[in-house]
Amino acid sequence: MTAWLLRRLAASVAIVFAVVSFVFILIHLAPGDPCVVGTGERITDPDVCRQLIRQFGLDRPVLVQYWRYLGEVARGNFGYSFALHRPVRDALADTMPFTLQLAGAALLVDFGLGLALGVYQALRLNRLPDVVLGNVTLFVYSLPTFWLGLLLLLVFGEKLPLFPVGGASDPVLCPLVDSLYCLADRFWHLILPAATLGLVGAAGTARFQRAAMLEVANQEFVRTARAKGLPERRVVLHHQLRNALLSFITRFGLTFPFLLTGAVLIETIFAWPGMGRLTVDAILHRDYAVVTATALIASSLVVAGNLLADVLVGFADPRIRVHEDALVDIATA
Amino acid sequence: MTLGSWLALVVAMVLSAEAVGWLRRRAVRHERWRRFFRHPTAAWGCGILTFLVIIAIAAPVVAPLDPIVQPDPVGLKNHPPSFTFLMGTDVFSRDVWSRFAYGARISLGIGAFGALIAVALGSLVGAIAGYYRRWADSILMRAVDIGLALPRIFILLMAVALWDRLPFAWLALVLGLTSWFGTSRLVRAEVLSLRDRDFVVAARALGVPSSRVIFGHVLPNAAAPIIVSAALSVGNVLLLEASLSFLGIGVAPPKPSWGNMIADGAPSMYTAPWTTLFAGLAISLVVMSLNAVADGLRDALDPRKDPA
Repeated sequence: MTAWLLRRLAASVAIVFAVVSFVFILIHLAPGDPCVVGTGERITDPDVCRQLIRQFGLDRPVLVQYWRYLGEVARGNFGYSFALHRPVRDALADTMPFTLQLAGAALLVDFGLGLALGVYQALRLNRLPDVVLGNVTLFVYSLPTFWLGLLLLLVFGEKLPLFPVGGASDPVLCPLVDSLYCLADRFWHLILPAATLGLVGAAGTARFQRAAMLEVANQEFVRTARAKGLPERRVVLHHQLRNALLSFITRFGLTFPFLLTGAVLIETIFAWPGMGRLTVDAILHRDYAVVTATALIASSLVVAGNLLADVLVGFADPRIRVHEDALVDIATA
Repeated sequence: MTLGSWLALVVAMVLSAEAVGWLRRRAVRHERWRRFFRHPTAAWGCGILTFLVIIAIAAPVVAPLDPIVQPDPVGLKNHPPSFTFLMGTDVFSRDVWSRFAYGARISLGIGAFGALIAVALGSLVGAIAGYYRRWADSILMRAVDIGLALPRIFILLMAVALWDRLPFAWLALVLGLTSWFGTSRLVRAEVLSLRDRDFVVAARALGVPSSRVIFGHVLPNAAAPIIVSAALSVGNVLLLEASLSFLGIGVAPPKPSWGNMIADGAPSMYTAPWTTLFAGLAISLVVMSLNAVADGLRDALDPRKDPA
């Protein structure tokens, strides 16, 4: 068990390392000129230009630059943002909690609703509720998240003004969370963006969970349970669900890239002050340091999520610790 | 809308319905295709896809106006849908229906082209990893692990930020190059189960070169998962393109794509919802149709369901 865990951990570290190297290569391949300042103006004085190149170490061999880059990243130093006039690390520290909040809330909706719907469909297999829900989840699953966000804004923000249309809190009454009212206000602002992201995910989860339940349905222990004369509900909820939950845990890891990708779009639409919006704004300002840093952080979050999922599955299912590949292929199918 | 474009629209609808009907009649003869058409959503998906592909191909006939021309930026701004403007006009007074039709070309084109690259590359990598095993397998599959771990949109955002706006073909290429990881895993799993089957061993024993064993014997038998993941890939790439265009870094603005139509319409969404509604609906319908078709294909091509 420990050896297996360590192997997983080493693999994750290796992936993060590969991602950092990939980002470094990408930055080096990109066209660009160190003498063009953040705002796009070119420095005309060649001496100043040479000074800058020396200051940033760009005259050194590539391998030395790579080594220094690794060192900086390892220390959590992602450079300085010229557009925000502050270190990238600080900007990330400000925005990341908001993204995690949004992703966490969306994950709750996603798994809660998705699991319930999938199990309900399996209980009513091939009957009207299953068919209707099957078509609804197929449609919702296919919606572009950003478009669903716009629709929800149009309906629940404008036509029926139940929810605020943007931001993470009321800027006048609640700039800080210092009262119960402000906590509720935060929550109120979170509902629409989290619901948007969560609903699309929940539709996917429901489809996945229904398929997982059916996968288990043909196995012998389920037939045995039925043959014993157990009530159908007990067979589904007790025998099928418990085993179908195993592949559900692997979905946990796969959901992270989806949530972070969705967050970029959702944050833009709902003016949510998270990492995604930081990235999109940074692109408009050509703030490369921020863009590369968020790419690194997002990748690391995904790798961490996968590792967590692996560990959870490992604890839940002893077979995995022996045959590592067994569940991974189900998860991507 | 001129009379001609109305006529063309009706012809496109009839044509797509006829095409699905024809397919369906032919399907009766084959067990597999009968299974496909047993999914009502798969049949509908085929119809919707055919219709939109016809619209895309026939865009110059179906669209009454140039998608980029702004007929009257003051008088016709955000005109609601009517008989002359089927889907209304946008902020710049451009005909939304014409942009929709030409946008279908770009969006579906990028989706198809990107998916082609993704599936070709994914199949190749999957086949090599699964067939040769050993170090080729471990290196390639670790690379796939990394690819799956990257949140693509951040990497694409970074690429776009560093290279400035990507030209059209490059955009499709980059989207394809970042979408093959899932396919390669599926194909590898399939190839692993095929490589030691008798017909493959026989081919190897006859001295058939590896490349011919892979392309002539192994991959054709792995066609089912490849076809299914191709259908899903088109939808994925299309969604990704739409997301990037919505963020303003995908297809360059005056050109219409469904994604940047939504982006153009988003600021005036409350007063003129039609500018974002139809393009979003089109994306959803295409992706839904592709998912439904993929479901149907998965069922149809499943050898376990063939009659013995």
